[in-house]
Amino acid sequence: MGNTVTAASSVLLSDSMGIVYALLGAALATFLAGAGSAIGVGMGGRAAAGVLTEKPELFAKVLILQLLPGTQGIYGLLVAFVVLGKIGILGGNAPTAAQGLLFLAACLPIGVAGLISAIHQGKASVASISLLAKRPESFGRAMLLPAMVETYAILALLVSLLTVARL
Amino acid sequence: MKDYIYEVARIRVMENGLLNKADFDQLLAAPDYEAALAYLKDKGWGSGEQSGSAEAMLKAEEDATWTLMQELLGEGRELDILRLGRDYHNLKAAIKDLYAASGLPEDRLYQEGGTLPYREIIQAVTEKSFHKLPPAMQEAAAQATQVLSQTGDGQLCDNIIDKAALNALREAMEEAPDPVLAAFAATTVVNADIRMALRAATAGKSAPEIRDMLAEAPDLNLNLLAEAAVSGKASVAEYLKTTPYESLAGALSRSMSAFECACDDLMTERIRPQKSEVLSLGPLAAYVIARETEIKSVRLLLTGLQNNLPREMIQESLRVCYG
Repeated sequence: MGNTVTAASSVLLSDSMGIVYALLGAALATFLAGAGSAIGVGMGGRAAAGVLTEKPELFAKVLILQLLPGTQGIYGLLVAFVVLGKIGILGGNAPTAAQGLLFLAACLPIGVAGLISAIHQGKASVASISLLAKRPESFGRAMLLPAMVETYAILALLVSLLTVARL
Repeated sequence: MKDYIYEVARIRVMENGLLNKADFDQLLAAPDYEAALAYLKDKGWGSGEQSGSAEAMLKAEEDATWTLMQELLGEGRELDILRLGRDYHNLKAAIKDLYAASGLPEDRLYQEGGTLPYREIIQAVTEKSFHKLPPAMQEAAAQATQVLSQTGDGQLCDNIIDKAALNALREAMEEAPDPVLAAFAATTVVNADIRMALRAATAGKSAPEIRDMLAEAPDLNLNLLAEAAVSGKASVAEYLKTTPYESLAGALSRSMSAFECACDDLMTERIRPQKSEVLSLGPLAAYVIARETEIKSVRLLLTGLQNNLPREMIQESLRVCYG
């Protein structure tokens, strides 16, 4: 039993695992933030379709509101590209196990915060599209409300990006 | 849990078309009935073909609401609770028409938009094949038909069907997919119970007899209500002050029409929070309730103008607007 644990630990901490952890981080950043954006933009799209059925002239305005939760997916992709550029895939050198784990940890903020913030931004966008349906003249205010949720995705992006850049 | 994002967004646009207080002020200020009709037509009411006919215009508006709901919900039966009243109205009309052979046209006797086509109800009543009706209706239909044919007592027939309708509403309330629908059912049952209790008391029924007629209603003690009804409207108003329906007590003291109006206003207040709801079925239910209340107000207003009633009297009968 003890020998098995020791063998497993040595495999997991071997330098060849570094790129696995780093790639896992890049994948999580892309997947989680992208999934959140897909859900958020999808919700916004359904609300937009409801409004456009009755008021097609609002297309440009509701499109902007629908797309607001799409930014988290882009942030996730950006962090993933920077990671890929540092771990020997698009450039740089293959990381050690410790460095790989650090890349994984650095990717988590944008992955998790991106997922949650995009879903909630989607809900806020749906509410704003409803507001726009009732008061088309309130576009500025309607856009500001879901945009506030973006703050937390940007904070997570900063933490992920700065950390990855320093590794 | 299913969400209704597309449907609610569409309803938000449709809510812009609801009449608001300013519209009702304009209608009240109209010099005559024709001018009020013209104002409604300008607002897009009616299908555009029925010139001059208020009833056709109102029916077109009722149909438009349900056509929209059918478009939004497809075969979904989420809002059936709002249509139950029409089924029982049609059942009552079918039984009475079979007995009295009034010869009136179907469109004057029956209401479209129930959960089952009224012709199916007529067929079941005519053939006495009550098993073709929904289970909740079968016993009441058979009993009411028998009572009417044996005693000719139309009011007793009404009471049997009304109670069955309220029981069906109460059962539907327990399984309602949205709190708005449950609130609608509760307010409708309370309103009907109070009206039935007072009507029965006026007809000289005793408290136990009245109690038997009433359907269980949330937050109402039916024994106390029946006893209060025997003592008169003022006692019922006093009793209501001890319940969550305190706001209806003052209106009941004034008149039955004021009470009806207060019940509708209470319902409008209960659905108002749906204006900020974006995902659930609530805004759809609220829109249907708001439309039906609005059409009721317009019908009262047009009838008042047609009969040259004082504007103040018409204004008192108008419901609070959701729009």
